[in-house]
This record gives sequence, structure tokens and C-alpha cells, in this order.
Amino acid sequence: MTTELGDLYQEVILEHSKAPRNFRRPASANHEAEGYNPLCGDRCSIYIDMDGDKINEIGFQGSGCAISRASASMMTQMVKGKTKGEAVQLFEQFHNLVTGKDEAAKADDLGKMAVFGGVSKFPARVKCATLAWHTLQSALEDEKKQEAVSTE
Amino acid sequence: MSTAVHHAGSAALDIERIKRDFPILDQKIHGHKLVYLDSAATSQKPRAVIDALVRYYEHDNANIHRGVHTLSVRATEAHDEARETVRRFIQAACADEIIFVRSATEAINLVAQTYGRANVGEGDEVLITAMEHHSNIVPWQMLCEEKHAHLRVAPINNAGELELDAFEKLLSPRTRIVAVTHVSNALGTVNPLRKIVQLAHAHEVPVLVDGAQAVPHMPVDVQAIGCDFYVFSGHKVYGPTGIGVLYGKDEILAEMQPYQGGGDMISSVTFEKTTYNVVPYKFEAGTPDIAGAIGLGAALEYISKLGMDKIAAHEHDLLTYAAEKVGAIAGVHLIGTARERAGVLSFVMDSVHPHDLGTILDREGIAIRTGHHCAQPVMDRFGIAATARASFGVYNTREDVDALVEGIRKAQEVFA
Repeated sequence: MTTELGDLYQEVILEHSKAPRNFRRPASANHEAEGYNPLCGDRCSIYIDMDGDKINEIGFQGSGCAISRASASMMTQMVKGKTKGEAVQLFEQFHNLVTGKDEAAKADDLGKMAVFGGVSKFPARVKCATLAWHTLQSALEDEKKQEAVSTE
Repeated sequence: MSTAVHHAGSAALDIERIKRDFPILDQKIHGHKLVYLDSAATSQKPRAVIDALVRYYEHDNANIHRGVHTLSVRATEAHDEARETVRRFIQAACADEIIFVRSATEAINLVAQTYGRANVGEGDEVLITAMEHHSNIVPWQMLCEEKHAHLRVAPINNAGELELDAFEKLLSPRTRIVAVTHVSNALGTVNPLRKIVQLAHAHEVPVLVDGAQAVPHMPVDVQAIGCDFYVFSGHKVYGPTGIGVLYGKDEILAEMQPYQGGGDMISSVTFEKTTYNVVPYKFEAGTPDIAGAIGLGAALEYISKLGMDKIAAHEHDLLTYAAEKVGAIAGVHLIGTARERAGVLSFVMDSVHPHDLGTILDREGIAIRTGHHCAQPVMDRFGIAATARASFGVYNTREDVDALVEGIRKAQEVFA
């Protein structure tokens, strides 16, 4: 595998894509949204149990590539217990990381999610990495989204 | 004998030589020789086409049907010649039946908005198939919505073949037009057009054929098919982007209202009344893509010289080889296994998502398409979101297929 490919498909990403965490709809979910990438047909549903401003419980379902599954899986682990504001801020940092805008973000609050830094070398895959995050943002804002959020 | 040379009829095509006619193919991607397996999205252009475009702009460029000066005469003649080349290529009865448009998509929209709007009314039906590209679904959907008509969809079987019995049953006294693809862009299925046209015409229903994925791969004879409209895009048949063709039977085109108003489509204009020009000009408002038409003419001449029968035989050999090799890899499943196929090989894998495969192959210099291929209903029919699609052109060889097989194995290792 070339170095860049190795950076993209890091072991932890492959592992999460094969065995995604929180791949379910929590019974207590009171916020949800569906994300869709019309270019490739990937779908991602995010379910949240919000306690006031806090993400009490979170799960996801859907179909997609390794990058989008791993991103959704690790995102759910990362934002669980965080406030809405903290989650939105993490999305911003994550977005900067995968679009190559902020190298320093790797070392900051993103923790394990810094492994997605390799995505910045593959512009065509940025939308795969951010689909779950876009959907999270939508789910945080509305209790029940009627329209699927789109990456386009 | 080199494995790149496959015998077709008396003389084989020399594919290595043909490859050299396509300058773009001579490059490395991520350090590997480019293996272009995405011709169904767009084909690469031979030197003959690139040269024709350069020659036109360097020597002959002028507006057509306007001036008396030499350049305008040259440009007009070259444009007319291109129309005649298209006529010959699809065996139309006369050049007036060839209308230049931007693309197959625009051609379908033209027919939906002119013939369709005049002939489809409330409660009427438009019949398509379950294997259509979005471009042969949405224009009809828009028409049906406007007219309160119904879109009927003939089903396909698990191999991706049209179910002809069901198609026949869906032809009703309310059916006003049938729109069907010649070759499926997502599955490669070749439709039995003569049978389809025969059935539709028995109900006095005209047939539009989307030939975008057929014209690069096989000889097409619109009179033998018997269809009323046939559309295709230039860029998928080795020509430039921005040019496409609508073929329509003369008697139907003569009855149709214009699509767009403007220059060139008129005989005379006053503020009280405009008299429309004759076909094909009635449908070609405004200055057309003159260079595009000339480039398309050069492309069709280039492949005609190679011989469409030989191209068909070469690609059939390649597709058969690819289906065998790729289909034999454990964990790979071909999508679309019709008996009659052309041009494309669609597949999904147990352990690797199409996008991940696409990225990994790209690093090996191999270009394929991944996604729903603008045919979401086809994906839904097979219960999948996306496929990986390798598609072939005259310049592809068995070595290209071998590289693909090797790349698929590498992807499987990454995800092992």
C-alpha cells in the first residue's frame, strides 16, 4: 500500500468500518436526522437522546463506504456526553482536518479522530468523512427532520 | 501473437496501435500506467478529433448559414458534412432527420417538451423501463406531472433483462410514447429493440431509443430498428462534449413544434408572425456548437474506418474475458448478467465498498466509476446503493482487465 493509502485506511479506521460502534437506534432517541450523499447514494441516519443541551445517547444506521462508516462510528463515541455547542465545535475542527486547513487540529481535541487527517490527500473522499457530521448537526438542531440533509 | 491483438473477422484490430491514437492514454497516474476503464462516463478522444477541432478553429471558424464570405461557406460545408456523417453512421434515410443538440439528455427533453406536450394529455401514459438512466426518466416524469399523465415502468428480471411479457401488458390504449434505452449504462444489458418497436407499433405507439451507451460499441441502423426517435451524446462515442444527436423520422419531426425560439430556426420574422424554418433547422435555434459537430463527425469517421463490426467483436471478447476474470474472484458479485451485454461490467464486493475500491484502484492508475451511475432505480431494484463499474472502449486490452483484477485483489488485501 502506498503511504497515502496507508494514511487514509489506517488500522483503526478499517477496524471501525468492519465493526461500527453504536450502530443502532437508541430506544430513548428524541432527535434524529437522515443524511444522504446524492453523488454516491450513501445514507446515514443519526439518532440522539438529548437531555437538555447534552448528548446523552447516540447511535447511527445506514450504508456507506469504509470512511463514512468509520467516521460515523468514531463520531458517536466522541460526542457522547458532550454538549451541543461542543459537538458543533468538534465538527468544525474535524472539517478543517479532513480538508487540510488545519494540521494543528490533529494534536488538539479530536483525539482518536485525528486518524482522519489522511483524507485531506483525497479530496473526492471528504464528503464520505463528513456525511455523519453534517447529519449530526442537523439532528442536533431539529427534533424530527422531515427532509434528508444532503452533502450537495 | 500479442494478447492485445484479437482476431475479428478477416483482419484484427491492432489495439496497441489504436491506443497510440489517443494521446491522453500515454501518461502515468500515481506512478502507474493509466488504465482507463471509465469510457461509459466519457470516452477519450483520438488525435483525429483533437486535430479536427484545432483545424476548424485555426482555418475555418465562422458562423454558419450567414455570410457569403469564404470562411462562412467553409464552416457551413463542414457542419453539413458532419450531419451527413452522422446520418451515414446510424443509417438514417436523410440528413434532415439528424438534429444537433447538446447531448442525449437534451434530445430526450426536446422530444418530451415538443412531441410529448402535444400528444400526452390527462390520464395518458408514458412507458419506460426499470433500467433507464435518470435522463430517460426525469424528462418524462416532468411531462407527466404537468399533464396529469402516468409514468409506467416495465420491470427487469434478476439478470437485468427487460421482462418483455410485462412490457407488452403495460402497452395500453392510453400509452402515448415508449422511451427505452438501447444499452443500460449501469448493467450493460442490450435491449431487444426490434421486438420492442414491433410491440409498440402494433399499438400505434412511437418509440424513443436512448442510444448513448450503444453507439460506441456496435453498428446502429435506425431504419432496421424501426424506432421513431434515436438519441446519443457525442462525448461517449469519442467526440467532444457539448454535442449530441436527435434522430427523428422525417414525418414526425415535420409535425412537431419547435423546442426553442431564436435565430436560424425561422424562415421569416415580423412582430405579428414568425414562420418556422424546415427540419432540422426548426429545432436548432441559435448558433450551434459548430466545432462540436465537426469533432463528432471526425470521431464517427475514425471509428467507422476501424469498423464497427470489428470494434463490437473486440469489445465483446474483452467483456467476456472481464466477466470471467472478475466474476471468478471470491467475494465479487457481478450486477447485470444479461445474455446480451455491451460496454460495462458492474459489480459489488463483500468486503470492499465501491468507493473504497475506486480510491485504491486510482492509486494503481486505474480509472473506474463508482456510485449509482445516475440510475438509482436500478440500484434499488438490486437492493444496493452503488456498484463499481468498469467500462470499455476500443482502446482497452486484456492487460487492462488483468490490471483491474490485480487491483481488486489489492483492495481485498487492504480490507482483509
